[in-house]
Amino acid sequence: MTRLCGWGRTPTADASVVAPSSDDEVAELLARGPLCARGLGRSYGDAAQLAGGTVAQLTGLDEIGPIDEAGVVTLGAGASIDALLATALPEGWFVPVTPGTRQVTMGGAVAADVHGKNHHRDGSFASHVESLRLATPRGVFDVSPETDPDLFWATAGGMGLTGIVTRVRVRLLRVASDVVLVDTDRFDDLDGVMAAMVEGDARYRYSVAWVDCTAAGARTGRAVLTRGDHAPAGAEPPRAPRAGRFGVPFVAPPGLLNRLSVRAFNEAWFRRAPRHAVAEPHSIGSFFHPLDGVADWNRLYGPRGFVQYQFVVPDGAGETVRVVVERLARSGLVSFLAVLKRFGAGDPGHLSFPMAGWTLALDLPVGADSLPDELDALDELVLDAGGRVYLAKDARLAPSKVAAMYPRLEEWRAVRGRVDPEGVLTSDLARRLHLVGR
Amino acid sequence: MENAFGQPQSVVVLGGTSDIARAIVRKLCAARAETVVLAGRDPTRLAEAAREAEEYGAAHAEVVTFDAEDPASAGPAVAVAFGRAAGPVDLVILAVGLLGDQAAMEDDPEAAARMATVNLTWPVAALTAVRTRLLAQGHGRILVLSSVAGVRVRRSNYLYGGAKAGLDRLCRGMGDSLEGTGVRLQIVRPGFVRTKMTAGQKEVPFTTGPNEVAEYVLRGLSSNTPVIWSPPVLRYLFLGLTHLPTTLWRKVAAL
Repeated sequence: MTRLCGWGRTPTADASVVAPSSDDEVAELLARGPLCARGLGRSYGDAAQLAGGTVAQLTGLDEIGPIDEAGVVTLGAGASIDALLATALPEGWFVPVTPGTRQVTMGGAVAADVHGKNHHRDGSFASHVESLRLATPRGVFDVSPETDPDLFWATAGGMGLTGIVTRVRVRLLRVASDVVLVDTDRFDDLDGVMAAMVEGDARYRYSVAWVDCTAAGARTGRAVLTRGDHAPAGAEPPRAPRAGRFGVPFVAPPGLLNRLSVRAFNEAWFRRAPRHAVAEPHSIGSFFHPLDGVADWNRLYGPRGFVQYQFVVPDGAGETVRVVVERLARSGLVSFLAVLKRFGAGDPGHLSFPMAGWTLALDLPVGADSLPDELDALDELVLDAGGRVYLAKDARLAPSKVAAMYPRLEEWRAVRGRVDPEGVLTSDLARRLHLVGR
Repeated sequence: MENAFGQPQSVVVLGGTSDIARAIVRKLCAARAETVVLAGRDPTRLAEAAREAEEYGAAHAEVVTFDAEDPASAGPAVAVAFGRAAGPVDLVILAVGLLGDQAAMEDDPEAAARMATVNLTWPVAALTAVRTRLLAQGHGRILVLSSVAGVRVRRSNYLYGGAKAGLDRLCRGMGDSLEGTGVRLQIVRPGFVRTKMTAGQKEVPFTTGPNEVAEYVLRGLSSNTPVIWSPPVLRYLFLGLTHLPTTLWRKVAAL
């Protein structure tokens, strides 16, 4: 038995971990009994674990094929964005969508249908996938949006519950350099940054705002907005090359990230940002994956771990974002690094998270007695606004709210029933939210 | 399944009519508990506790009866309770206990043996059955209601305190034996709690109500601490009390 957990480090699960190294071995595992797929363990909650069961760790399927002239590449499901970038960037290609860490596998990127700072323009990961190889209890299928749209889109965002992705064909993005030119703007309140995002995001490929949910009073929701695009060839290199990689060698004592330390950090972060800067050259790492520079940063949250609460609300419900930020500031709960972003239209994935609107992600340490109920109250606000929370981040949603947040759940279950009628594919997330049987 | 805060979805309670157990169940049902199986002696009070669980949000509440004076009933009672849960069990609460009037039992071998049976023998038999089932399941949590009365046993309730001491120590070892299995065992050590069990007794410092105990228990489910003290300050108080010289302890315990 191996103890597993998500990136939030709670809940944990002891499971037998097996590491298949071929499609055939994956098929054998599926024939044996209940199975849960896992990549690099970057989903925050319990999506990639199965307490008391068998977990297939797919990081062994990590081959990366040649990139063709159109920028299409075939990869094993266990290959990471990190590994792909190491191959692709020197040849002038970039991943079409990257989340805030490059330590995610292709299989995980499909299963969570991950999004990045360019969602408002380029959509989420699955929109750039040509086809998938999917091992299911009913056989192995090569699935594309053309050949089997139902199964393809049930798999995109399907949290690994429609089959085990073993291979992915992705269309990459042509880039002329490994530099990103970034405009930075600082705003003293939430209204200012949201107005700027509505007005200007269309001009940028990438856009994201960091919001201070700990600042009190009139400064509540002050924010730093960074927007940019890949630099043309021959651009000036970033001034400050990345320093060495730091690490957190052990789990921090409880309470290291408390109201005072987080406030101090947020204050420093806010002041460090320029009020207005244009076209500053940044490295890929510092712009897209700043936290990857600190290995195991999740340990800073101490032994109880943390939850990430990420929700999306439709365009017209920007007010909900403001209510949430104000509630948090008042609640006294510590939120480190709240990230605000605008989404473009969602893709056809039945359980895909993004929809046109606003998404806010909050990291909250477990420990405050009021946290569980406060998050339940936020769920109500999000539901009232017609929004939803992100399953790849979830570790605490009430199962009764899933169908309202994901209205195509029944449709998804029917597609899943076609390839997994006996319910072989499962996970603690699936059991907890009753996505599949208990 | 448990969520990030250790809140269970299915719960089995052995001793389901205990005031403390009911307070815990109310909170669990208000959180994420959907299925609750309450096992105990008195069908009427079990039915009332089951109704309460449903009022607080459980979708299914079931009852099972057993006799804690008969250790042979423990295995079958656990089997029936797990059957009624109809799926994985996230949390088993063991809240079986009998306080009684010690003065009336001190010269009665049968009554003294009954105290040991209800507070220790039956719980040990039940925990043994629970442990096997949770290990087979590969996950789950056991919460055992111990008492500060067992931390240093007083002359005025040595029958109760002694039996709780045995249960408490045994559970520490059983908890350690479960390390790395996916199953957790936690002990709750409440101080004096105002319940029907303690009605009419003299209150002592740090007395709480059942609801307060339940609050510390929910906090403990989230932190995974092996011993949950209620209130938490008793941890430090009893650290002192366990090291008092005997002559001094006798004076303190008689207060």
